[in-house]
Amino acid sequence: MRPSLAGMTTGWVARLLRRACGRFLFGAVALYLMLLSLPALAVMPAERLTDPALEARARTLSQELRCLVCQNQSIDDSNADLAHDLRVLVRERLSAGDSDAQVLAYLTSRYGDYVLLRPPVEPATYLLWFGPPALLLVGGLVIVAGWRRRAATNAAAATPPLSADERRRLAEMMDEGG
Amino acid sequence: MRRLLYVLPILLFAVLAGYFFLGLKRDPSLLPSAMLDKPAPDFALPGIGEKPGLARADLAGRVTLVNFFASWCAPCRVEHPLLMRLAGEGRIALYGIDYKDKPEDAARLLVQLGDPYKRIGVDREGRTAIDFGVYGVPETYVLDKEGRIRFRQVGPISASDYDGKILPLLKQLGAS
Repeated sequence: MRPSLAGMTTGWVARLLRRACGRFLFGAVALYLMLLSLPALAVMPAERLTDPALEARARTLSQELRCLVCQNQSIDDSNADLAHDLRVLVRERLSAGDSDAQVLAYLTSRYGDYVLLRPPVEPATYLLWFGPPALLLVGGLVIVAGWRRRAATNAAAATPPLSADERRRLAEMMDEGG
Repeated sequence: MRRLLYVLPILLFAVLAGYFFLGLKRDPSLLPSAMLDKPAPDFALPGIGEKPGLARADLAGRVTLVNFFASWCAPCRVEHPLLMRLAGEGRIALYGIDYKDKPEDAARLLVQLGDPYKRIGVDREGRTAIDFGVYGVPETYVLDKEGRIRFRQVGPISASDYDGKILPLLKQLGAS
């Protein structure tokens, strides 16, 4: 709905702007409208808090929380009923004066760490967090070690320069040939 | 030493791959309940029609089954005959929480299919369900005599779920 509306507006604004202003402004406005049309919000207007600071915190928190019905969406993205309930709950807790950490604790005490889209760093998740960087590091070390070794063998195997005697004999051979 | 350095990435990769592979085999819908072995949350819900509602206090003192259901929930109908059978046997106290539902719809369902519940609480807002950690109906919780949550069944209870998981637990908890 929103993208197509924005697209129509872009077309209309385009004609107007092309005449009035330069290409740069046209591009900037087109880009602005395009970005404006991107988020298809699941958050209903009725859910939003009137206090913009609280609402901003609620949005940030919602993006960190997993919708348990459609597991790989955040509750901020999801249209599921439970996601709606949890969004309302997050806003209620914030309005009641909870800190961000308290809201997350409230939900993890009921749904476990699974409700967090970013798993906490703890012994059970060390492998998850540090495995890939460790793999990259060790792999990189192996590659560097390989390069160094090859450079060393190449240097060792490089032909030593001709001695004075050899140069003289080479010159003789060249003279004979010529 | 050099050789070890060459084998190490392969080993690390194997460990990581194994870890992720095991993760793949786990069914993401079977999440462990964060509420296990914790006391059931406090709640007091109104009933349907004349029937009394359900509160936390009603669950104390005996082993109970708390079943979240709704009239709009198709899988709930799958487990309904089993619930009726349990109610008929009378060994455990079966309580229902009607999740995000109109009480009149739930009442109609229970007239149609029979009412297996000792008491029913209507959770129109779904707040009690969130406190239990429910993310969809049906879900069933086994509570011990102290009112602690000991088991959670996600989705309808099949006969094998009941015989294999729930019944042994009920015996262990001393349900009479």
